[in-house]
This record gives sequence, structure tokens and C-alpha cells, in this order.
Amino acid sequence: MSEVRYEPVIGLEIHVQLRTRTKMFCSCPLSFGEPPNTHTCPVCLGLPGTLPVANAEAIHYGLMIGLAVGSELAPRSIFHRKNYFYPDLPKGYQISQYDEPLCSGGRLADVRIHRVHLEEDAAKLTHVGASGRIHGSDASVVDFNRGGTPLAEIVTEPDVRSAEQASEWLRLLRTTLRQLGVSDVNMEEGSLRCDANISIRPVGTTELGTKTELKNMNSFRFIERGIRAEVARQEALLRAGGTVTQETLHFDPRTEAITSLRSKEEAHDYRYFPEPDLPPVLITNEMLDRARTAMPELPAAREARFASVLGLNVESARLLSWRAELGDYFEAALDAGAAMQPPVEAQPLANWISELSARYDGDDPADSNVTPQALATLVQLVGSKKLTQGGAKQVLDRLVAEGGDPAAIVASEGLSAVGGADELAPVVRAALEANPDVAEKLRGGDMKPIGVIVGYVMKATRGRADGGEVTAIVRAELGL
Amino acid sequence: MLERSEVLHVARLARLRLDDDEVDRMAGELSSILDHIAAIAALDLDDVPPTSHVVEVESALRADEPGPCLDRDVALAQAPAVQDGGFLVPSPQAG
Amino acid sequence: MDVNEIIELSAAAAIAAIERGDLDAAELFSAYRLRAEADELNAFTWVAEHLPADMHADGPLRGVPLAVKDLFCTAGIPSQSGSKILEGYLPPYTATSVARLQDAGAAVLGKTNQDEFAMGSSNENSAYGPVLNPWDRGRVPGGSSGGSAAAVAAGLAPWALGTDTGGSIRQPAALCGIVGLKPTYGTVSRYGMIAFASSLDQAGPLTRDVTDAALLYRHMVGTDPNDATAVGHREEIRLPTAERLDGLRLGVPTELTTGEGLEPGVMAAFEATLATARGLGATIEECSLHSAPHALSAYYVIAPAEASSNLARFDGVRYGLRAPADDLVSLYTNTRHDGFGAEVKRRILIGTYALSSGYYDAYYGRAQKVRTLIAREFASVFERCDFVVTPTSPGVAFELGAKTADPLAMYLNDSFTVPMSLAGIPAISIPCGLSDGLPVGLQLAGPAFSENRMLDAAHALEQAIGFDGSPARTPTGAAS
Repeated sequence: MSEVRYEPVIGLEIHVQLRTRTKMFCSCPLSFGEPPNTHTCPVCLGLPGTLPVANAEAIHYGLMIGLAVGSELAPRSIFHRKNYFYPDLPKGYQISQYDEPLCSGGRLADVRIHRVHLEEDAAKLTHVGASGRIHGSDASVVDFNRGGTPLAEIVTEPDVRSAEQASEWLRLLRTTLRQLGVSDVNMEEGSLRCDANISIRPVGTTELGTKTELKNMNSFRFIERGIRAEVARQEALLRAGGTVTQETLHFDPRTEAITSLRSKEEAHDYRYFPEPDLPPVLITNEMLDRARTAMPELPAAREARFASVLGLNVESARLLSWRAELGDYFEAALDAGAAMQPPVEAQPLANWISELSARYDGDDPADSNVTPQALATLVQLVGSKKLTQGGAKQVLDRLVAEGGDPAAIVASEGLSAVGGADELAPVVRAALEANPDVAEKLRGGDMKPIGVIVGYVMKATRGRADGGEVTAIVRAELGL
Repeated sequence: MLERSEVLHVARLARLRLDDDEVDRMAGELSSILDHIAAIAALDLDDVPPTSHVVEVESALRADEPGPCLDRDVALAQAPAVQDGGFLVPSPQAG
Repeated sequence: MDVNEIIELSAAAAIAAIERGDLDAAELFSAYRLRAEADELNAFTWVAEHLPADMHADGPLRGVPLAVKDLFCTAGIPSQSGSKILEGYLPPYTATSVARLQDAGAAVLGKTNQDEFAMGSSNENSAYGPVLNPWDRGRVPGGSSGGSAAAVAAGLAPWALGTDTGGSIRQPAALCGIVGLKPTYGTVSRYGMIAFASSLDQAGPLTRDVTDAALLYRHMVGTDPNDATAVGHREEIRLPTAERLDGLRLGVPTELTTGEGLEPGVMAAFEATLATARGLGATIEECSLHSAPHALSAYYVIAPAEASSNLARFDGVRYGLRAPADDLVSLYTNTRHDGFGAEVKRRILIGTYALSSGYYDAYYGRAQKVRTLIAREFASVFERCDFVVTPTSPGVAFELGAKTADPLAMYLNDSFTVPMSLAGIPAISIPCGLSDGLPVGLQLAGPAFSENRMLDAAHALEQAIGFDGSPARTPTGAAS
């Protein structure tokens, strides 16, 4: 009996805090860690008699997001009330959008967008444990500073087929939003939040399985691991003859455990109805023009430019355009390298940025100890053969650890390339003398053990020789 | 006639506790009101668009300019319970 | 002037007297303040202890005292909307409409009693006790602006602010023999009005005569950056001068001048007034508002639905009553159980039901369509008629307790006023006669923004009718 193969079917729901100056429906300035309840007003506190008025700039940012993902922009959009009770929701309803969102459809790379809409963020609830003031129960404290912050909610179609694709696509989305300048998109600070809707189905079928919702993952790595864990869980469940229950789940990155967030709570009945306090938003030609004019170079365009103008290979063009920080760093290093003699070339620089990215933990190499200038210098040293690949890697390790100037490190560590027949030929001869059996075989035409000689020379020169050059000198010495 | 269970379900959605006698009374009163309202079910409204906004306004948007915030003391002044500069409530229960 | 002369002055006359130097603003305020304090009708929930310190006495309203319905937020002054859940609530801000009037020179005399959260037509739903009709203290003044109407009718305030959602200014004005204007929806800011039904609530004047109504309305009208639905008025509001109705076409809708609840005495006064109108040169013709019989049903879906959402913020978290509770859900349910009266609970339940899953299309969705029909039918009638004219209320003031057992019976009081509210058009009630010694009101309704012409027509009628409201005003010093 052949085993059924399953494929994951994943849709993503992303909440983006917009970096307007004021909240979505009142003029309170946005708060960044100020003392609790110091950025509030009667409106965002939900005091009796208050009314919302929509932030024009938030609409503008929403339109830009829609343009960036190729959505259809509604000529007329309305807000709805989403009614439920929770202490972080002062009015007892959230003003959001329901069936007439700002943007519908669209696509970013290989994932289709279902919709983009605007809404207000909830306040912050902090658990404080037992309180003498609250009898019989643990207590929480509500801070309304965050309440009312403008959010754009981006919902994809269930086009994502793997955990890796999810995290890679989210990085692209983050880069896109960062390029647009509409958000700080910082997952740790909460300005970018992502939930995943996950189901699986037998490969080749088109019907959707029951989906679960995975929430509260605050890094790309956790999202990838969480999705992978949940897909595995569902698969194991189905293979054991069970069924997937629709529920909301939480992924613990430390234990890789998946637990249910809301087990027996009844499904919310949000009783959506059009927000009577806000007239329909008419999207004028003026607003559309302003949004179009404000569009920066988006990842797709940058990717094309890197490939066609700078001649980067497909892989590098994509990596550097899908991750804005790498792309920005690349362009800064390229600028620095343009002034050198000879100028630093794009593809080698791109390759070395990959090397840097592999060594540095953070998302943005600009935060590391390696300046774009330093990296450009490193690439230039390799390009002018003053440093071997191996030697350069050692220098890069030192740069990542301590920063500094590559030329200085080369000098102080004595890492400069060893090259040329004068320097290498004696070492090659010493290698042949030390390995007479190998030398015999080589002279006999059997090239297989040549690596032993090359390895000996590399070790003797502490990696400062170029492997290709050494091989050529060995042949020359042997008269081959 | 509305069932007790329906009244209790709606009361739950509205976070409204009803005493036993209130539930029965409400069931009766709500039923008679709903019967009266039911008349609109008989109307032919297929081609009629709903009015959600009586006023069609253009540019009811606000410029992104900061305005004054309330002093925290004022924001908390009417609060039934306060702690650490915030509004104190019993914690939401999980599940 | 002695007190009893002072209280016979309309607001406009008092302003003129102040401008002539015959009357002092402080004296005027004091006269009314003493009467308000001695109020036996329970019309006031709060009376000023002295003349406001920051009064703009040189503004056009010259310091004339104004009674303000409890649901208008007045900074530092209790604003309870007739409810226990807001007992003692002191807002940190003042409603725009009140602030505008204060800037124009009005002085807040007191807050008036009302049906809880403006839900009612008899003022028997107040948590602070019923209000008595000054014409007969065993009877209701109407509602929900019962306190404002009784205060003006009894000469405890020269004029007052009320709100009208389904008739709550017009109906108490009719039952108390005074003038009440519900303006075009959106001409007066709702910011600071503790909300009942957002798409229907409008603030308006309750006054002794039509000139005072025009004067007060003139200083309330305008856009407001805090209210996205406030469009202001297209014309400057003039004080009326018309004495005749030549060329005016008045429409009498069949559906709103028949019905079993319509008292013969009311009909008689109404028809006598139609004859008066003809005498002033108006033509009267029958017209039809086919959907009017369904207006009440649509209203009793829409208003409670919006109210159920607007009242969700009363949860014991940030202000108002908090009942004892061991957990969060009980905090909500106990607070709302203890804090809301029976009528409010009924409407919250109806509204929640109408919006709940599976019922939206059948109730709220359909009611919004009925609303469209009614608006269209009015528009169609106004192509042939300048104004529609009806009795304001099917009956005169009824006895306290007469209708409290059957909510539906109470709702029928709004039959003739609700259609105008649903269409958002302006309507005014003026006293047109007596039936068994109790006042009867006549309602004029016109197209949106027709207030100037409507006030002129009402003024002409008022002059011809010559209604004497003095029986309701007990002189100071006389036995009551």
C-alpha cells in the first residue's frame, strides 16, 4: 500500500503598525514605550460621547501597500464595527473593515493577496498576578497608549506550500513595507505581527483541509519552525486516522510544543455592521496620484536592476533585493568600492555579503562590526590577489568579531597571500620531498593524490597560497 | 416565541446578566417586539439598496497632526480601580 | 423687573432687554436658578450653584441661561444620560454643541432629566425618577427629553437643549405645549453627546416659541473636526419673519394621520390648524408615504442595534459603575445587570439579536432597506409639496404608569416622528391647541436643509394659532 503524500496549504495574516504621526481615529501621537496611559484622549479611551475621525495619512499608506502588491483599490471603502468584549478594547468594538476593504486582490512574488484593510490596534494588557484590589482572581492592568494605533491587515490566499517559503516570503513582504516607508516592521517591537492558517491535503487534490491558526510568533525563524511543527503534527494526526480540529494554537519555540490557545471558547459572533460614525471613504484621483508618486523602488524592480544593470546572478539579485538591509549594505559597499583601484566588482561583493550574512547573527549587516567600506576593501584585496579566499575568510571572521580595517588585520596577522613561483616553488619542492610516494605517483601520471601536496603547501603557508596557483606550480615542478 | 436559551445566548453576547424572572419576562417582551418588527419580512426589498449612511460626505478625513493628550491623572480620574498607572481588571481567563 | 415678569420673557426678548439695559444677565440667571432649584417636577438632575465664572456675556446670547439634557457631556458637571451606570460621571471635556453655545454667551443653568440613554417616550425610564408634566402632574411630559421640555414649559429655564433619535425632542415638546426642532441629520455636531443610535441622534432646541428655536439652532449649527458626520448647514440660519403661508403647499400623509392610537381630540386640533393654514394662504393636499407604517419596525431594529454597540463601552473598566465580581466576565455581566434599567436591557437584547449571526440580513439588513424606501418616498412627496404636516403625537400626555406594562404600546408614541428620523430630514413641533386641557402638537417636516423656510412657516402658523403656554408656568411665590 503506497503511503499518501501530503502537502501543506498555508495562508498568512499579517498586521502592520503604520508609522503615521497620530493614531487611526484620534490625534494622539503614537507611543514608543512611554509611561502607561500618557498618550490617550477621550476618543481612544472610549469615553462616552466620543467619535472617531479617520487619519488621512493611514489611508495614504494603505493605498501605497495596495499599489505595491498590485491590488485593486476600491473607489469607495467603508469601515465596520467588529463587536466583542475584552479589556484592551475600550469601546467594546474595534473599528475595522469587513466587506468593502481598501484593497482587494493582488500578488507579491508567488503568493496572491486576498485583501488589505485598515483597522485600529487594541490596547496593551499586562498580567500583574494577585492583587489585593481584585478579590478572588489574578489581575491585569490596561495601558491604552497603544490602543488606536493604525494597522494595515494583509491577508494572503493559501498559496504558501512550505515553512521555508513562508519565512522567505515574509522577509520579502517586510522588505517591501520597509521600502515603502509605511512601517518600522520590527517583529520584536510588535510593528509586524504574523499569524498563519495551516492545513494539509493529499498531493494532487484541490479541496482544502480543516485549518488551524497559529498565532503570536514574533520572529521569522519561529514562524518557520512553528509552521513546520504544526504541519508535522497535522500529518501525524491524519496518518493515525484522526481529524484536524479547527482551533487557535500557540507555538513555544523553546520546547517546539504546540498548545491550544482557545479550546472551548465559543466562536466569536462579531455582529459586523457598517460604522455609522464614519462616512464612506471616497478614494479620489488626487489620493491615487499621491500614492503612485510616493512609490519607491520596490524589490521586484531592484531585483531586475541588480540583474540587468549590475550583472548579478539570479540568486544574488534575489537575495539582495528581497532583504532590504542586505541590498542597502550592498549598495553602500559598492559605492565605497567604486573609488578603489581597481574598482570592486558587483558579483564578488555580492558573494562576500552572503559570507558576511552567514557569520553575523543579526538581520542587518549595517549593525555588525563590519563597515561597508571594510567589506569593499576586503573584496578588493582578494580581487587584486593580495589575499586568498581562505585568508579573506579568516580576515572576515576577525572583522565580524572586532571590526577594524582588513589591510591592518592582514598585516598584523601576516595573512597576505603567498604567491608567485619564487615564493611557492621552494615550498612545493619541500612538499614533494616530504611525500615521496605521492611524488612517485604524480610523476607516473596519476593525478589523484595531488591534493596531498596542495594541502601540505596550504598548511605550510597557513592558507595564504591560492590553491589553483599551487596546483599549477606542482605540475610545473614535476614537468607535467 | 423566543426560547429561554435564545434569550440567554443573546444576553451572553451582550455580557448582560439576567435574573431568572428577567429572562422569562424578556422572552415574552422581546417576542412581541420581534413579532411587530417581523412585518418588514413581508416587504419586497430585492432591488432596494440599504442606507448605512444618511450623509454622503467627502473629505471627512483628518490630517495626521498631533493633538493634545489627556494628563494621565485625568484619564484615570474616573477609573474604578487603578494600579501602576493603568486600569486594573480581573485577568481574562484562558480557555 | 420682578421674577414673574422675567420668566415671561422669551430668550430673544430677554436678550433684547439685556441689550437695552432693562435686564441684567446675572439677575436673569439668578431668577431661573432659584426656580430650577425649587423644581418639583424632577426636571433637573443638577442645577448650577452660581453663575458660571467663564461666561461670555458679550456674546450674542448675552448670558441667557440654558438647560442642557443630561446626556450632553459638560466638563466637570455630572453627565449621566439618565442612567445609574454613569451616576456621578464627570467628563473631562464638553460637547461641541454646548461649547459653541457657551462661546456665543449661553450660561449652563442645569442638566435635565431624561429617559435612560434617551430610550423612551415618557421619561419614566430614568434612573433618577420620572419627570412630571407641568400641565398635569399626574401625567408624563413625554420623552426622552422630558426634563428639558418640562423645564421650558414650566418656566424653569428659558430654553433647553434636547436630543431627538425617533421623536425625543418633538414628542415631549408636543406633550408640554412648547416648540421642539429636530434638525437635518449632520447639521449639528454629535461630539460629546452620549450616544444612543449614531445614525439617528441629533441635538436640537426646546423653546417657548419658533423664534427662540431659530436663534438657538443658529448658534449650534456647523462642522466639527471631531465629528466626521457633521456637515454643517448650507445656509445661515435666519430668525423667522413670515406671517403668511401664501403659495405654500402642505402635504398630509394618509398613513400618518390615521390609526387606532390617534385620539379624536388630537385629530380635531390638527384639522383646526389645517383650516388656519388655509386661511393663511396655504394649499393642503393629501399625499402618501407607503412605507411609513413600517418605519416604526425599521426604527426598532436600527436604533437598538446601534445602541447595543454604543453601550458596550459601559463595562465597569474605565469609568462609571463597577459591580463586585470575582472574574472578568462577571465584572461585565454584573455591572451591566446592576447599572442598566429594564428598557435599556430590552433594547440591547433586541439590537444584539438583530445583528447576530444568521439574523443580520433578516433584520438589520432589511431595516436599512426600509430606510431607503422612506427617504425616497419623502423625496418624492417633496417634489409636489413644500412640507409634510402631521400631528406630532397620536395622543396627548398620558398618565404616569399608563403604558409602562407594555413596551410596544410605548413605542407607538413615536409613530409619526420616526419616519423623519429615518430619512434624516428636519422636523419641528409647535403647539396647536388643547384637547381636554392638554397640549396638542403639530409637526412640520421638510426636505434636508430646509430649516429656514420651515421655521418661517412654523412662525406664521404659531402667530395665527396664538397658543397660550402660561398655564404651565407657576409663578414664583404662588402656591403650586
